[in-house]
Amino acid sequence: MAILEVIVQAMMLGGLYALFAAGLALVFGIMRIVNLAHGDFIVIAGFLALIVTWAIPVHPFVSLLIVIPVMAAIGYVLQRGLLNRIVGADPMAPLLVTFGLSILIQNALLQAFSGDTRKLQAGAIETSSMSIGGTAVGHYPILVFVVAVGVIWGLQTLFYKTRLGYVLRATSDDAQTVRLMGVDHRHIYAIASALAFAVIAVAGVLMAVRTNFDPTLGPARLLTAFEVVIIGGLGSFWGALIGGMVLGLAQAIGARIDPGIQMLVGHVVFLLVLLVRPNGLMPKVGH
Amino acid sequence: MSNTLLSLDGVDTFYGEFQALFDLSIEVGVGECVALVGSNGAGKSTLLKVISGLMSPRSGTVSLRGENIGGVGAETVVKKGVTLVPEGRRLFPSLTVEENLLMGAQAKRGGPWSLERIYQLFPNIAERRRNLGGALSGGQQQMVAIGRALMTNPDLLLCDEISLGLAPVVVRELYERMATIRAQGMAVVIVEQDIGQASKVATKLYCLRSGRVVLEGSPSSLSRQQITEAYFGLETTAHGHS
Repeated sequence: MAILEVIVQAMMLGGLYALFAAGLALVFGIMRIVNLAHGDFIVIAGFLALIVTWAIPVHPFVSLLIVIPVMAAIGYVLQRGLLNRIVGADPMAPLLVTFGLSILIQNALLQAFSGDTRKLQAGAIETSSMSIGGTAVGHYPILVFVVAVGVIWGLQTLFYKTRLGYVLRATSDDAQTVRLMGVDHRHIYAIASALAFAVIAVAGVLMAVRTNFDPTLGPARLLTAFEVVIIGGLGSFWGALIGGMVLGLAQAIGARIDPGIQMLVGHVVFLLVLLVRPNGLMPKVGH
Repeated sequence: MSNTLLSLDGVDTFYGEFQALFDLSIEVGVGECVALVGSNGAGKSTLLKVISGLMSPRSGTVSLRGENIGGVGAETVVKKGVTLVPEGRRLFPSLTVEENLLMGAQAKRGGPWSLERIYQLFPNIAERRRNLGGALSGGQQQMVAIGRALMTNPDLLLCDEISLGLAPVVVRELYERMATIRAQGMAVVIVEQDIGQASKVATKLYCLRSGRVVLEGSPSSLSRQQITEAYFGLETTAHGHS
């Protein structure tokens, strides 16, 4: 059944894209920083998992136990040591710094790992499937989608139901005034960055299991994340999931028509949303 | 003096090249209510920013119970017991009233103030605890801003123009509540452009002009004329008496 195949494909792409976008949206939402090296950090997470699975023979998913904390630590230190110096300055500074970072990362990865394409081997789950109405539905696409929903739900709950959540939102509203409440905004920014990088870790590993990757893939992941954020809007983390699903569905339909136009259809749908709903499908309200 | 809570001595402050405060010295005693009056641009808000740690003095000292707190940063100053209610209220718009109040508890100072006590003090914000801060009236927003500051359990509360843009009846209510707040033994510094309101509640008054203290004394010992002259910088014969 063609429709079911398209939907399954869209769930996997959409879930992956939502994870790409969630970290970008989080960093932009709290610190108003557009991290142009976002995609490259997704690739770094893939390589990190590769190293872990080389060093100790564990399943790529188990490697997340190491990759997530390491990426979160990188996020914290990057924010505290570098990006905090340019928060709130004119928006050009973070763009230039993270653009430079992106070039630096790609070249460093090329030096360290060469330009060969890599892949994380996840074993049976990559190809296993179940039959629904005669159509083979892969376990992996379902897993990616479930993880994406779980991560988005987790972020949404963290932001709107916990103490750290309202401190993060208050810091996003007014970083000067939180200082009057005894909150060090630089630390909160770094926590937000660490959270984003934890999501990047999950996105990177899921990507590296699904496709071949190499050091130059970052910018394309960034573009996808951008499109998802703009389609979904910055109103809530669910916007990232919706944006991801819209883009994933567009690409899945495109691929069904002609594999060569998969990306093109995605970009066209993105442009259409930008034309009709420039603030995205779930825009930020108030203010 | 052993009952001195805060003292500023010879404080100079700059915005870039522009000097906003000149060799400024003031003192606030334990439990005292001090009013800072002066026209726009006299340096009142700058002074509160220096005390609360949002700005650093270029020279001079800010000491709290003898400890220098000049330039240590606002997040540290609040933990030592000094909290600013900022000009324009500055509620967090994406937080509910209750979350705004709970932000004050982030300073993690123990003391008499809790959510329940704030809601007792301002019953009409208790009804709106689930609303976003931006949905409240100006007076209610100011109550939340004061409540949020009280949640830090300060020894010294700095209030920057809390009556600005509010109806007279609301201002009267706020100042009535201020008496309840002060009954806890908390010292308060009030910045106002409205001399009348400030001198009613204050035990000591400083008048600022162009970044300098031009008059100080207890409101009862100062004549209306003396304060007005200092406020506007009028050179009249009465000036010799002050």
